[in-house]
Amino acid sequence: MSSFAVHNVSLRGVSACVPVRREDNMELDLIPESQREIFIQTTGIRYRRMAAPGTTAADLCRVSAQKLMSDLGWQPDEIGVLVLITQTPDYVVPNSSSIIQHQLGIPKDCLALDINLGCSGYVYGLSVIGSLLQNMPGRKGLLLVGDCSSAIVSKGDKATYPLFSDAGSATAIEHQAGTSWHFDLHTDGSGYEDIIVKGGGMKHPFHMHSLDPVDHGPGEVRSDLQMKLDGLNIFNFALREVASNIESVMASAQVSAGDTDYYVLHQANKLILECVRKKLKAPSEKFPYSLYDYGNTSSASIPVTIASQLHGSLPESRKNLVLSGFGVGLSWGAAVIDFSQAHIADIIEI
Amino acid sequence: MQINDFTEKFVTCLNSAPVVPVDGATNFKKLDEWSSIFALIVIAMVDSEYGKTLTSDDIRNAETINDLYHIIQSK
Repeated sequence: MSSFAVHNVSLRGVSACVPVRREDNMELDLIPESQREIFIQTTGIRYRRMAAPGTTAADLCRVSAQKLMSDLGWQPDEIGVLVLITQTPDYVVPNSSSIIQHQLGIPKDCLALDINLGCSGYVYGLSVIGSLLQNMPGRKGLLLVGDCSSAIVSKGDKATYPLFSDAGSATAIEHQAGTSWHFDLHTDGSGYEDIIVKGGGMKHPFHMHSLDPVDHGPGEVRSDLQMKLDGLNIFNFALREVASNIESVMASAQVSAGDTDYYVLHQANKLILECVRKKLKAPSEKFPYSLYDYGNTSSASIPVTIASQLHGSLPESRKNLVLSGFGVGLSWGAAVIDFSQAHIADIIEI
Repeated sequence: MQINDFTEKFVTCLNSAPVVPVDGATNFKKLDEWSSIFALIVIAMVDSEYGKTLTSDDIRNAETINDLYHIIQSK
């Protein structure tokens, strides 16, 4: 069953952290000068954040968690669950969530796990941590979601390099009786090659030519260890699935368009999101974007959008957020979440 | 849907007026304005105006605007 509810959990806060270093697509040689404006207008992406060498998604998530715990007054020994969603972990082995548990000073009686998901990861992560915490009265949890995609895209590939950006995030969740979150989650592995880093895993292990740049066509030069993105297939996938997925979860949650305060979608690109917005007949003021300043931050794009665009604009009367993530896998999901008790921290730059 | 109407909508997808005259027989991939971004804009237009989905194979297999028109009509 892909449509379900999680009860007795409450979202207490969101924070996000991005690298201070950024690149400007108006100065990117990979895009012909004559096409830069239309590229930015169509994708919505002007700036991308690039983590400094040695800074990882786990680092950006850890900083987000420290800020959020400090803002909320949460102590490490209150955390019973720590879930990290990333496709750019610190190591192949071990899991990065264990390292973060130690760095945050969280005691050993904490369940910590990594999940390998990309653009759908925030919605999936909320469903996982909510499902765990609903059976843990008195405990609190941290959902950490982030990626440093700049490390796995090729500077010679115009399908990926001008889009992806780095960010980490933390979301605080607590057991609380009487609440309901609604989810509608889907998977279609037949499209697994539409977004893929083919080399370096067990199927295509690292070998002496893994790092060689391969010319796949004009403006598509990448190695086997760098991400390939089939933009047209992903665009069609999004047009086909996202709006109906959102409508489905709103129907199960019995939430109308009028009851919805914001639709916060994975920030893939503006053209996709505007198509979805029009299908939903949603007003633009309910559709926040973080693309211009932060690019496509993969799994972190929903919390980055919340932290950068909704900070200070979520009074108690505004509580219903519809969230939607979609991408690599292919994997997609939507959720209706009550944010009326959520503290939204200022976005952090490091 | 008429071919002239489709060609007109196709041309409006371009960011600026095309350098050369465009009609149904135009090989759109040879237009100066053609790019992967332009392909996405055309797919979005076809989705919103005609409720049809153009796939990457459809784009790959078409050469002229007429080809695209017939592909959309066959869906």
